[in-house]
Amino acid sequence: MAIALAAETAVPVPAGHPLGYFWYRVRQSPLTLAGLAIILVVLAVMLLAPLLAPHDPNLVDLEHRLLPPSATYWFGTDEVGRDLFSRILFGSRQSVSVALFVVPVAGVLGSLLGSFSGSVGGAADTVIMRATDIVMSVPSLVLTMALAAALGPSLFNAMLAITVVRIPFYVRLARGQALLIRELNYTKAARTFGASRWHLVRWHVLRNALPPIIVQATLDVGGTILMAAALGFIGLGAQQPTAEWGAMVATGRNYILDQWWYSAFPGCAILVTAMGCNLFGDGLRDLLDPRQKGR
Amino acid sequence: MSESSVLSIDNLRLEFPIYRGAVKALNGVTLRVEPREIVGVVGESGSGKSVTAMAVMRLLVPGSYQVTGGSARFLGQDLLAASERTMLGLRGTQVAMIFQEPMTALNPTRRVGEQMVEVIRRHRRLGRSQARDEAVALLRDMHVADPGRIQQSYPFELSGGMRQRVMLALAFSCRPQLLIADEPTTALDVTVQRQVLLLMREKAREKNAAVLFITHDMAVVSQFCDRVYVMYAGAVVEDGPTAEVMAAPRHPYTIALLQALPDRVASRGAIAAIPGSVPDLTQLPAGCAFASRCPWVREACRTRPPMVPLDAGGRRHAACWAVQDEVGR
Repeated sequence: MAIALAAETAVPVPAGHPLGYFWYRVRQSPLTLAGLAIILVVLAVMLLAPLLAPHDPNLVDLEHRLLPPSATYWFGTDEVGRDLFSRILFGSRQSVSVALFVVPVAGVLGSLLGSFSGSVGGAADTVIMRATDIVMSVPSLVLTMALAAALGPSLFNAMLAITVVRIPFYVRLARGQALLIRELNYTKAARTFGASRWHLVRWHVLRNALPPIIVQATLDVGGTILMAAALGFIGLGAQQPTAEWGAMVATGRNYILDQWWYSAFPGCAILVTAMGCNLFGDGLRDLLDPRQKGR
Repeated sequence: MSESSVLSIDNLRLEFPIYRGAVKALNGVTLRVEPREIVGVVGESGSGKSVTAMAVMRLLVPGSYQVTGGSARFLGQDLLAASERTMLGLRGTQVAMIFQEPMTALNPTRRVGEQMVEVIRRHRRLGRSQARDEAVALLRDMHVADPGRIQQSYPFELSGGMRQRVMLALAFSCRPQLLIADEPTTALDVTVQRQVLLLMREKAREKNAAVLFITHDMAVVSQFCDRVYVMYAGAVVEDGPTAEVMAAPRHPYTIALLQALPDRVASRGAIAAIPGSVPDLTQLPAGCAFASRCPWVREACRTRPPMVPLDAGGRRHAACWAVQDEVGR
């Protein structure tokens, strides 16, 4: 959080713990706060789904098929009589776990690769950058679908596919930062004191490249949830009977004219979660990287 | 050129290739630094002072430049041919360098103490707590009143002078034979500047280090350096003991530089400026680079003047045809 402190010194800084300052800044932006609130709610729902759900999400009850929202079934029921509200609560586990897997793995691998590439330069840099160019030249949704289809439809394969496609974005970002930091005085000074290349990457580049990478990561959480839902929608994500938002929207499509609630509620869940992540990501960007503000 | 010189640069030529041509940054730089000596290099922006230092430390981006002639030796070892591994061994332990901007020479995201410990441990086999004690001792040695607090601080919490002291502490931490100081006080205000300079001189003498001091400030050189080299357009035009160069400059550029010093002008008087501007380093004239601005310009200036000794001891040199004529007569 020292990064945040260094970035903005014009604002009167309350003394005390750096996290206190961070919280103080977040509080000043209602949208960031809203995003954070949504994220916390989604996390709570994910952890507490068994306690919160009024019904068993996988309980088939053919007598109560396709019921509209009511006091018993808040979001209505699906074509085999399962409670949609409970299924949406449990569905958060799929979406969030995808994001929690993809973003850290892609972020860490991509940043390491990018920092290395930018710091070392030469042939290694060329090979790494051309590889990322190839991945990035194909539209990412198409490539993710192709990869997921090739690996076979399952939630884990979908995660792998999304991860592979996200890595190049972090590589580029980290490499750009590395190129910049390599020319800064403190890296030069470190070299005059005899620092080796590996030490420069570990000690100077990675740490100072972090703010934009963190921002990219928070913004990616929303994107990843959308991507997972999209894969679920075309049947390449979590498989039946697992509750998954994308798959629910897809099945609900068959009933959209008469039973609007079937697709609408899972769709709203996706929308709200992705929006919460993006709002928080935007706020975080303003905080960590003020030069980008409003862009 | 004795073998005992700490640093000896001989007729070094270096250029940066650009689209169609090259920026001829160094055009025959000859200078040497003897043990324990404080040597100044003065010149205006673009005269090649910093490039010389960076070339010696081999810190220029590989591939971006080309050495077209000359040599640079550190304690007899060829710096231009040395491997990167050799340079890693030299930097920090034998040659240290401090920079113009103490603001940016420290990593903003690490506490000062951490950074010092890291540098110390890179060169010496010390445990973490021993290294920390050593860092405190180094800071105290640089007359820092409260080393403990400084170590706990982030660089942006320190003043410019304090940061430069930290850099000096780091530079002297491994007892280098040579300290290259690239405009170390330019960004500081005058009183702090003086403190830092005095500190640097005191510590250099105490630790038997030679200093190559790069600056554009003649006044600082006159108070601080044993010998001085004046550079213009990538070449040395005059050298000699500081007092002699200051008292009786010979090269027209040095004369003009000294006349432009504010404290040599009566108050309210106009400060003398040198007419014209520095030549474009991509299109240097074949002859003397100063010819277009020189009051003494003559036919001979169409060819490059060599550095010739001006006194019997060979302590002073200048590169000027007019001066040669005078000496010859």
